[in-house]
Amino acid sequence: MNDNKKQLRIALRNCGFINPEIIDDYISRDGYMALGKCLTEHTPEETIKEIKDSGLRGRGGGGFPTGLKWEITRKSESDQKYVVCNADEGDPGAFMDRSILEGDPHSVIEAMAICGYCIGADKGLVYIRAEYPLAIERLQIALSQAREYGLLGENIFRSGFNFDIEIRFGAGAFVCGEETALIHSMEGLRGEPTFKPPFPSVSGYLGKPTNVNNVETFANIPAILNKGAAWFSSIGTEKSKGTKVFALAGKINNVGLIEVPMGTTLREVIYEIGGGIRDGKKFKSVQTGGPSGGCLTTDFLDTPIDYDNLIDAGSMMGSGGMIVMDEDDCMVAIAKFYLEFTLEESCGKCSPCRIGNKRLHEILDKITSGRGEFQDIERLQLLSQVIKDTSLCGLGQTSPNPVLSTIANFEDEYLAHVNEGKCPAGQCKALLKYEIIEDLCTGCTLCFRNCPVGAISGERRQPHYIDQSLCIKCGVCYEKCKFNAITLS
Amino acid sequence: MDTVQLTIDNKPIVVKKGTTILEAAKGIGIHIPTLCHMKLDDLNIENKPGGCRICIVEVQGRRNLAPACCTEVSDGMVVNSHSIRVVNARQTVMELILSDHPSDCLICPKSGNCDLQSLAHQLGIREIHYKGEQSTYREDTSPAIIRDIDKCIMCRRCEMMCNEVQTVGVLSAINRGFNAVVSPAFEMNLDHSVCTYCGQCVAVCPTGALTEVNHTSKVIRALSDPSKTVIVQTAPAVRAALGEEFGYEAGTLVTGKLVSALRRLGFDYVFDTDFAADLTIMEEGTELLNRLSKYLEGDKDVKLPILTSCCPAWVKFFEHQFPQMKEIPSTARSPQQMFGSIAKSYFAEKMNIKREDLVVVSIMPCVAKKYECGRDEFKVNGNPDVDYAVTTRELASLIKLANIEFTKLPDENFDNPLGESTGAGVIFGTTGGVIEAAVRTAYELYTKKSLPRLDFDELRGMEGIRHATIDFNGFPLNIGIAHGLGNARKLLEKIEAGESEFHAIEIMSCPGGCIGGGGQPYHHGNAEILKKRQMAIYREDKNKTLRKSHENPYIIKLYEEYLGKPMSEKAHSLLHTEYFDRT
Repeated sequence: MNDNKKQLRIALRNCGFINPEIIDDYISRDGYMALGKCLTEHTPEETIKEIKDSGLRGRGGGGFPTGLKWEITRKSESDQKYVVCNADEGDPGAFMDRSILEGDPHSVIEAMAICGYCIGADKGLVYIRAEYPLAIERLQIALSQAREYGLLGENIFRSGFNFDIEIRFGAGAFVCGEETALIHSMEGLRGEPTFKPPFPSVSGYLGKPTNVNNVETFANIPAILNKGAAWFSSIGTEKSKGTKVFALAGKINNVGLIEVPMGTTLREVIYEIGGGIRDGKKFKSVQTGGPSGGCLTTDFLDTPIDYDNLIDAGSMMGSGGMIVMDEDDCMVAIAKFYLEFTLEESCGKCSPCRIGNKRLHEILDKITSGRGEFQDIERLQLLSQVIKDTSLCGLGQTSPNPVLSTIANFEDEYLAHVNEGKCPAGQCKALLKYEIIEDLCTGCTLCFRNCPVGAISGERRQPHYIDQSLCIKCGVCYEKCKFNAITLS
Repeated sequence: MDTVQLTIDNKPIVVKKGTTILEAAKGIGIHIPTLCHMKLDDLNIENKPGGCRICIVEVQGRRNLAPACCTEVSDGMVVNSHSIRVVNARQTVMELILSDHPSDCLICPKSGNCDLQSLAHQLGIREIHYKGEQSTYREDTSPAIIRDIDKCIMCRRCEMMCNEVQTVGVLSAINRGFNAVVSPAFEMNLDHSVCTYCGQCVAVCPTGALTEVNHTSKVIRALSDPSKTVIVQTAPAVRAALGEEFGYEAGTLVTGKLVSALRRLGFDYVFDTDFAADLTIMEEGTELLNRLSKYLEGDKDVKLPILTSCCPAWVKFFEHQFPQMKEIPSTARSPQQMFGSIAKSYFAEKMNIKREDLVVVSIMPCVAKKYECGRDEFKVNGNPDVDYAVTTRELASLIKLANIEFTKLPDENFDNPLGESTGAGVIFGTTGGVIEAAVRTAYELYTKKSLPRLDFDELRGMEGIRHATIDFNGFPLNIGIAHGLGNARKLLEKIEAGESEFHAIEIMSCPGGCIGGGGQPYHHGNAEILKKRQMAIYREDKNKTLRKSHENPYIIKLYEEYLGKPMSEKAHSLLHTEYFDRT
């Protein structure tokens, strides 16, 4: 992504600037300085205070204050504790964690060691999805180099502190990004969430206190400790400090990863960094927060991006997916697309998520295929509310968000589908109608010969006719006609 | 003790810290409906995955609704168990569950006993607003258990029983989302798995997803065939539970009515498995004494401890899981199989009935007995010693089908010669009973003295693993007891590690022993029922004039007339068996 003065790189500070396979490159950019200082000059409490003062909040989606999490895990008494790095990035289109692990693996290793020192753990685990082979390879290289340099292992910086890290592979289940499910998966059990409390910081991996943070969260830690909490907390909004990495995608000119200070507006991201909507089309909506986020309209373009504002707007920060939609996108179909994802990724443990999301999807499918009824919209809202209210984990509690936010912001599109049988964006195939304009039709028979289902009839040199009950809306006639005699409505 | 103050439905209450909302509410008479949750007090068995989301309640200040079964109370908590938000959510969740469940209640084997059905009724569900696709799976039939997984609601009770309680590890959740279901690994059939057919999954399944293979129609066909002599044996635990199916309080003994009902059903002879239990004690007790005397003579190779072998699920368990130890259990067949073997030899010869014209039916508290009677080693030329094993529940449905008004039946006695039994045979029905029966006989045979007391309270109870030392004339006989296969595993691991102090161990697969068997009337998560059945068993024992197996006159006669003495060659071929490595 083009550099832009709106951007500020903290988590991605080294990506692209260093050779991630050479530890000296990382060290030359103040790498492992924070770890050294912590181990030799500061107590764990002092370090935790610094993180708390910085205002850093979890970048994996929840936004829980990182320093506080560390403090709770530190206070949990146990003979053994664990630091876990959640690298099970699964949002469609999001790849910030992968980029950090591929471009700057040492920043995560250093932060995990600092975390271990702070909470009293000598063992770290990186739970990474097996679909990230390059990230895994670079992480493995980085781990062995860190061990070689004595930055992992025993008596690090002669402080008496021991710490090492193991890699665990995830099999690509989205729900394993939920920390209890992630822990169960690491334990060799089915990747299913369990009820909290107990929180992992009290009883996590193998029943021991476990601090789980996301890759991007960890990547911020060395920078905060090197430059100070005051520096970090000077960036961002009142309750959301620092920067956030977003994966910008969709109908936008510049797609890719960006990192901006909290408080940047959606308009700045979309128009200044993203270069505006592709092909000069009209902006319709931006979806944030991954599959369980919401779709925001132009009304929210000037909203400063932070955890709380996005929630107030009916969406969420999530891990930083940001998908831009233009006038050609059907919002009902978009809601259905996201539901398809959560449906696939639900673990099936709790009834509302297992069956409720299926039913939501079926209703959306009914609407997009032209069989929708007016009361379906209310049914969607009622069911969504119950799913949010009763599901076990974050996945089910947020999965109806795309449905609710599209109904809230684009109700007219839903109404057009169910009342008029029309898809305003022209995306829902079943609602399309191909017709032949008699005046323009020359009776060349090209459409007749190409129709795969024999829905077109007519005499040579006479206007032809499409039987709507047979038409499968494949669009072949529309493409073949040389006289623009076929309309689409 | 730390306490917590809270209010539930405007009622202030003080409870122990760590209590769940569900328990706290129960304490003040508020019944919050549950579905996946199940707790068997005193047996240390609890299932609370928090998955069904039926027990959700509103907690003031909380964003979403909280599952009462796994949310612990906290100070100042304000709970509403039936606000409009809760009731609406609860009904909707129930509708969702029902929308993915077949509505063939009228012909479902679980109808009338289905937790899902009662809950739908309780929640007043009259319409399913969210209809859609239903999951479909193939039906899986094994020799004992049928899995009709279309009816699975993912409560995970079976999985908990199979993994945590029994440590068998056959059932677990597979697939994701809407396709998630509980199944053996790779969706293999149950009969290809290491399933022991203990039936504890069946005992706790809230729907008709797991049921026993029904053999009632085969029994009816045999009864209506004039060329067959059909005889029946009833296991000890049946008489302590059958009454529940006819409205009796749990723990009511219905022995006399049971005999009466069986006779009215058309069985030619009504016998008692307790007779065979006495026979088992003669063989197993003798085997114990043989091994013990060899051990005391200094034989280092003798296999001790001896393990009981009456429980077919336990036998299958060690054949799969501990085949290297298959020489340790007693070679004595189970009472069901001893009965079948004696019926089709001694009794058939005595009555001059051809083996193939004699049908032996057994009424068992157990589903594994269906599998056991089909094992090849219990057949002679393909003809099984026991033809059909039906559960207590199946018998109840047969009685109802035959228009027999059970409660009005007179009390009748078993037929002879295979119907006489002692109190020792009766207590086979509960955990600890087999070993107590064995001690009563072994003590007297070993010490040649009369027992000063017959009630061994130290062997009784519901603790998962129990032990006691009995003074055998100066020799301290160490006895272990385990019920539940997870507890059995612990004892086996100790034996394997050479750390076991025991000389004899009784093992029963089902928690509580046969009274808690997979074929018994459903307990619906109420462990009190099991305890009452256990008390009934001990009451029956106390009421018997004869309480030691070796004093059973018909057993004495059987040895005199037919078998010679315990462990004789004839006894060996008819009453003992061998075990197989099933790995």
